[in-house]
Order: sequence, then C-alpha cells, then structure tokens
Amino acid sequence: MEHEPRLVEVRRNILKQNDVTARALRERFREAGVFVVSLVSSPGSGKTAFLEKLLTLLGAECKVAALVGDLATENDAQRLARSGAPVKQIVTGTVCHLDAAMVESALQEWNLKDLDFLFIENVGNLVCPSSYDLGEDLRLVLSSVTEGEDKPLKYPTIFNSADVAVITKMDIAEAVEFDETAAVGNIHAVRPGMEIFEVSAKSGRGMDAFLDYLRGRALNVRAV
Amino acid sequence: MHELSIAMSLIDAAQEEAAKRNVKVTGVCIKLGALSGVVKEALLASYEMAVCETPLEGSRLLVEEVPVMVRCAACQGDRPIRSLQFFCCDECGAPASEIVQGKELELVALEIE
Repeated sequence: MEHEPRLVEVRRNILKQNDVTARALRERFREAGVFVVSLVSSPGSGKTAFLEKLLTLLGAECKVAALVGDLATENDAQRLARSGAPVKQIVTGTVCHLDAAMVESALQEWNLKDLDFLFIENVGNLVCPSSYDLGEDLRLVLSSVTEGEDKPLKYPTIFNSADVAVITKMDIAEAVEFDETAAVGNIHAVRPGMEIFEVSAKSGRGMDAFLDYLRGRALNVRAV
Repeated sequence: MHELSIAMSLIDAAQEEAAKRNVKVTGVCIKLGALSGVVKEALLASYEMAVCETPLEGSRLLVEEVPVMVRCAACQGDRPIRSLQFFCCDECGAPASEIVQGKELELVALEIE
C-alpha cells in the first residue's frame, strides 16, 4: 500500500516579513503626515527626469524628499539633489527591486515629521517590484512614448500593482509616431478605469494636472 | 528575476512553521496567483538551489497556480477574465478591474513524514 503523505495546513503569506515591515512603515508615514509615492518603470523611461521636475515644482511650496533605488552608482541621487530636496540613494547591488526593509533602513536618519511628500524611485524593472509592498500611499507606473504602446499587454502584473499610469516624454510623441489611442486602450485593457496622466518633464506639459491630482490625494489621506 | 529571494523567504517561512510543530517536512505547498509577479518555473528552479543545506533539503515544492478572478459589477459575481491582456468578465464581457483572486503568494501547507 502506498504511503499517503500527511499535510498540515499553515496559511501564511510568503512575503510576510516584507508585509509586516511595509505595514509598520505605512503606519509611521500616516502618523508623520507624509504622503508617500513610489515610481516603477522600465530602465530609461524617464523616472528620474519626472521626479526631478516633481521635486522642483512641489519643493517650491512644501517639503519634499526622495529615495532612489539602483543596482549601482549614485548618479540619480546626484541628479535629483539639484532640485534642492534631500535625496538618498539606495544601492541594491544585484537585487532587482526595492523591498520594505531597504526603505526602512534608508529612512533611519530622516525625521519624517519634517516632510510633506516622500518619493521612492524603484529600480528600473517592470517585473520584480510588483511583488513588494513598500508602504507607499500611491504607486505610479511610468511608460515613455519611446517604449511603444504595448508595454501594458506585456507587463499586466505591474500595471495591476500600481494605482496610476503616467505616460512620459510626451514632447517627442509625434516624432516617434506614438499612438496615444492605442496606448490608453492597452492600459485600460489590462486595468479598466486606470487613471492616466500624459506628461513631459522637459516641456512641463501635464505637470500641473498631475500635481493637482497629487495634492488632492495627499489631502484625502491626511484628513483621515 | 527575484524568484531566488522569494524562494529563500519561502524556505525561511516553512522552516519556522515546521520548527513550531516539530515536524520533518517532505513537501511545501504554495498558492501562486497569475498576478503574483512570480514565474512558477523560475521559482521551482530557485527552490531546488536555495533548499540545499537547510533542514528542508530534499523536500519538494508543490505549486497550485491560481487564475485571476474579478468582481463583475455588470453581472454581479466573481468571474474569470478573458486573458491577462484583457480584463473583461468572461461571462458578460464587461470591463472589470476589481481583483478578488490571483495575487496569491502564499504558503498553504506542509507535507510531512
């Protein structure tokens, strides 16, 4: 007679440790009254340029700061520091995503109560960051006009882990024959109703609309 | 490719649960959602590597794949979607974005001696 294996039920999230840390972070953010936004995208889609613009514009009216994740180099932190905002680089080494523990440790020297907005730029990657909660209030997925229109179809998971989509580099949309209808259609195919912003960090197009949205979201969270 | 770190987290979790119950694990059963961001084949290969020289060495990973289900407001029910590229209710065709199942990354059971 074949021996039947015995099963014991366990039921726990495999990334429980990350979830616990992310929950604690979210609680800290709420208590400090800081609104936290993370950015995910493929490498080269303009996260840093968009963030630099956001830090400059928002920094003129309130206190902003940023954490930026990369496998190597401090280049992005140096670029973002030009905005005048406090910026800290998280160098992940070979790790292809940020996790909640990395965010927690990067925040050690900062007093969150001094901040209104904190931005977290993830490692450029459309796959791995989707599995990790960082305790953020809002997750943006960015896709540039140069990447074509079908990124959402190829990476539906990241579009379903984010809250809002941002199409970047709109100033060169025409030159690269970007099909806006197709792009919006593809985002909505994998995520019906998803809010979409079309921006250009270079020309400033769409930045005001996005900032208005951000202020509105932050007010809602702080009011709770 | 973050499956290796996922496999290591999984092994830690399974080891902790096994130690609590004082059991010898021969298999680890998980649920893996189609929207978990984790690829089954990569996770299986990572598990084999990561499990070496741990108390779970020799155990197998059993993966139950979980398809996406959405709540359809139009026909009032939890339904499968047409495809990952087309988040529409498979029954009535209405677009639906409220995911009720498919993000699982969950240790569900231990197979023991």
